Amino acid sequence: MSDVNRGDRPLSPHLQVYRPQITSVLSILHRATGVGLTLAACLIVWWLFAAATSAEYFAFADDILTSLIGQLILIGSLWALMYHSFNGIRHLFWDAGYGFELNSVTSSGWMVVIASFVATALIVLIA
Amino acid sequence: MAKFALPKNSRMVTGKTWPKPEGAKNVRAFKIYRWDPDTKANPRIDTYHVDLDKCGPMVLDALIKIKNEIDPTLTFRRSCREGICGSCAMNIDGTNGLACTTGIDEISGAVRIYPLPHMPVVKDLVPDLTHFYAQHAAVQPWLETKTPAPQGEWRQSIEDRKKLDGLYECIMCASCSTSCPSYWWNGDRYLGPAALLQAYRWLIDSRDEATGERLDDLEDPFRLYRCHTIMNCAKTCPKGLNPAKAIAEIKKMMIERRV
Repeated sequence: MSDVNRGDRPLSPHLQVYRPQITSVLSILHRATGVGLTLAACLIVWWLFAAATSAEYFAFADDILTSLIGQLILIGSLWALMYHSFNGIRHLFWDAGYGFELNSVTSSGWMVVIASFVATALIVLIA
Repeated sequence: MAKFALPKNSRMVTGKTWPKPEGAKNVRAFKIYRWDPDTKANPRIDTYHVDLDKCGPMVLDALIKIKNEIDPTLTFRRSCREGICGSCAMNIDGTNGLACTTGIDEISGAVRIYPLPHMPVVKDLVPDLTHFYAQHAAVQPWLETKTPAPQGEWRQSIEDRKKLDGLYECIMCASCSTSCPSYWWNGDRYLGPAALLQAYRWLIDSRDEATGERLDDLEDPFRLYRCHTIMNCAKTCPKGLNPAKAIAEIKKMMIERRV
């Protein structure tokens, strides 16, 4: 395909002009929460490491994680876990060949978004 | 690695603003992507004003009016003006579609028109579809048989024929493939929704006898499996087809033939 771009043609705009919509936004959110959760897992491992190292070091790590910013990060990670899990279930339905009609895609997308916030709120209230 | 920013030669600048028609009451602005291969200057966005009281209802009507009455250098593809040839596919108001079946009244404010996204531009709204067509050819979109040809036609039951509904209607306008972020980042190796919908149209055809070979060709991390079910394709298809579902069915066939 070396002759595809004959004559130094410009590339037409893509992300710059394409309207964000429920389909693409939830898809990239799934990817972003997946990456975020990997980082959050590192954070938890660090916390466990701190517990195994010494009481002083655990107190240091625990202080950071229970500070306001630490709490916000943890709640954000919790929401990311909820969103990624619920959207993962949506992907399982798609893999089985169900839920491809446009109205199902839109409604299942909103269901996942709402469920992720409700589940996060419930866990924060209970825990 | 995906390149999210446009290359230097592709960044758009503000272009010319053409005067408003005199005495018109119902004027709509059209902001249109222009690129002239003769000057090689960066693409620009020109603004035209169209008197909607003296213009047909569709975006294509406005484009033709601009070309006839304001600026004859404006270049775009069009043919049937009734949504069956697929020539006038472009990015209108942020999504892909056919200019001839998109009503101006469906859009509020200025009408922004760009070529189909992430494609090499030949001129103005005309993208180079060479690679897109090559991918279509690569899925061998014709009947492959091994048994000797029958005396008459290859027969098919009504039920089997029904399986082709929602697949055969594709007009190859490229709206779906160029709406797909996966195709943007990996279009050199990922076949994209349009070609894969065609592939499925032949996979599911009861008369075709090359199903195994077709699946072998698609069994590839890029050709088929760059589909991440983003669903932009189905959302933008001007014919209401669902390439994402067709791709999911191919993925299912891949699994089913293994068990």
